[in-house]
Amino acid sequence: MSQALGIVRIAMAYAAIKLPSLYNRLSVVKRAFEVTDHTADVGIIAYGANIRQLFSNAALALSSLITEPENIKEKINRHVEIISEDRDSLLVEWLNELIYLFDAEHILFKRFNIENLRGNQLRAICYGENLDPLRHKINMGVKAATYHMLKINRASDGYEVQIIFDV
Amino acid sequence: MPKWQGQFVKIDDYHWKIPQTYKEGMRVPGLIYASEEMLESIGEEQTPEQVANVAFLPGIVNFSMAMPDMHWGYGFPIGGVAAMSVKDGVISPGGVGYDINCGVRLLRTNLNEAEVRLKINQLLGELFANVPSGLGSQGKIRVSQKEMRELMIDGAHWAVKHGFGSKEDLDATEEGGRMKNADPGRVSDKAVKRGMPQAGTLGSGNHFLEVQIVKEIFEPQIAKAMGIEAVGQILVLIHTGSRGFGHQVCTDHLRVMEEAVSRYGIKLPDRQLACAPIDSKEGRDYLAAMACAANYAWCNRQCIVHWVRESFSKVFAKTPEDLGMRQIYDVAHNIAKIEEHKVEGQKLKVCVHRKGATRAFPPGHEDIPQRYKEIGQPVFIPGDMGRCSFIAVGTQKAMEESFGSTCHGAGRILSRHAARRSLRGKDVAQDLERRGITIKTGNTPSLAEEASQAYKDVTEVIEVCHQAGISKKVVRATPLGVIKG
Repeated sequence: MSQALGIVRIAMAYAAIKLPSLYNRLSVVKRAFEVTDHTADVGIIAYGANIRQLFSNAALALSSLITEPENIKEKINRHVEIISEDRDSLLVEWLNELIYLFDAEHILFKRFNIENLRGNQLRAICYGENLDPLRHKINMGVKAATYHMLKINRASDGYEVQIIFDV
Repeated sequence: MPKWQGQFVKIDDYHWKIPQTYKEGMRVPGLIYASEEMLESIGEEQTPEQVANVAFLPGIVNFSMAMPDMHWGYGFPIGGVAAMSVKDGVISPGGVGYDINCGVRLLRTNLNEAEVRLKINQLLGELFANVPSGLGSQGKIRVSQKEMRELMIDGAHWAVKHGFGSKEDLDATEEGGRMKNADPGRVSDKAVKRGMPQAGTLGSGNHFLEVQIVKEIFEPQIAKAMGIEAVGQILVLIHTGSRGFGHQVCTDHLRVMEEAVSRYGIKLPDRQLACAPIDSKEGRDYLAAMACAANYAWCNRQCIVHWVRESFSKVFAKTPEDLGMRQIYDVAHNIAKIEEHKVEGQKLKVCVHRKGATRAFPPGHEDIPQRYKEIGQPVFIPGDMGRCSFIAVGTQKAMEESFGSTCHGAGRILSRHAARRSLRGKDVAQDLERRGITIKTGNTPSLAEEASQAYKDVTEVIEVCHQAGISKKVVRATPLGVIKG
């Protein structure tokens, strides 16, 4: 029974990446991510059945802070490769790369295919489109993902991490 | 977030200590500027823990301090002040923050409330059209790579050279609007790419441009030296920083320091406090890049001030000179500076980190403009857009006690998220309008985040600094019109 529940949770988390709007309408056990309160800034908690999904969900959480991901079309893609000191800082640098791509090149992403994530290395293809002010409502500017209280934790059914963004 | 479990030890009504014994690894005690009433809300979050964490940093002298507008940040608390000995201390990019040289610039005018209230909608419309603002806003000035390098070195001087404002503005700017150790070679291509299109923009979030009315003058002689003569006089306050350029500089160098921490054998309670010795390649590189970002911010505010003058000039059909639009001063409130201070009776070179804190040098200090030598350095403390702001001056007590620093604003009490949950931007705008404050913004929903309810009352904050003696209040001003990005 618990194994079956675990599979459902994983499927739900997967659906969260593929179909965020549909996912949000469902009453589910666990979300892909949550937005948490932080007085000066904004925090998120991302979940994933595995590390790749955790990184993907954290990126989706970032997109959802900036705009509504369901309004982003998949028109272009960008290859991202990062080598970092360890897995925790890899996550921060991954998110900061996406923040950079939005701030400098005005690209919004909605889907993240993490092709490879081993140790302190990541290779991903990110799908999205250029910002169109007529279609994309920008909710907030994100300055950076911080290392504050950062720790990827092993949960009973996967992984979770809290990230504080400076906004 | 759980409550802070520690104890504040009372020194007097406005000074509270976190003893060095609170946490193993603290090199100095914590010092908190607050009234007894404020302590409860301060302890609601982990801000005091962050004050204690900063006390771990190598070379920190006297205290890890927090101003009364302190709130929970990441790594350093917002409102934090920490001075590290240049000889054996560290520099921490997190002690400056992502918005390097976020700061405020204040202009005086000859106009009075009645004249401006009549034309406030027209004026805000003109300002909104002239000063690029909002998320992802792009500047009206186009800089090439070469010009961007010059801008990083010359700061506000670059702007004046290109026709934005005058030399007189530079004299009324902290550091003369240019930090001298800037080295564009220490800045990444990414930062340059992020910064180029955003030069000369106000940005978004808590950044604003405010038309204010002088409401109360506490120190007429000091106010007069700043060109503030009467209640009802109109002022203009500009609050912005180094935009995406500064954010990327911080991101890049935090990464470098992250890797350096273990190499230098530094033990930290929070990774966001990543640092390196001031006298190391990593430390020097950061300071040189930080200076570029600080200069970018001063250039930014210098361009904006020019467009503010143009807008007033158009609406009131007079030259900026005839309108008396003189810059009072410009101060940074997110910055690290190498300064000389007295520590245990001896002169010591220290790197003062001010993260959400303002320099407040006393009368006679060599680093303040000649015209303010007798009164002390002007300090501007913006409140939220519905209440009021203060002008203060630096004091000798600040020099002796807080490394010449005081508070920087009101300080948040409600998260942005919580503010959006409980308030609607449209209602906030209507409420302000009823109270005679006109708002112009490109993002109405975000007004909820900046509503009065989201902030401490700045009057209490300034009162603590005044009573503690680290700044002296001079003028209280209220908003008449506000541009929010």
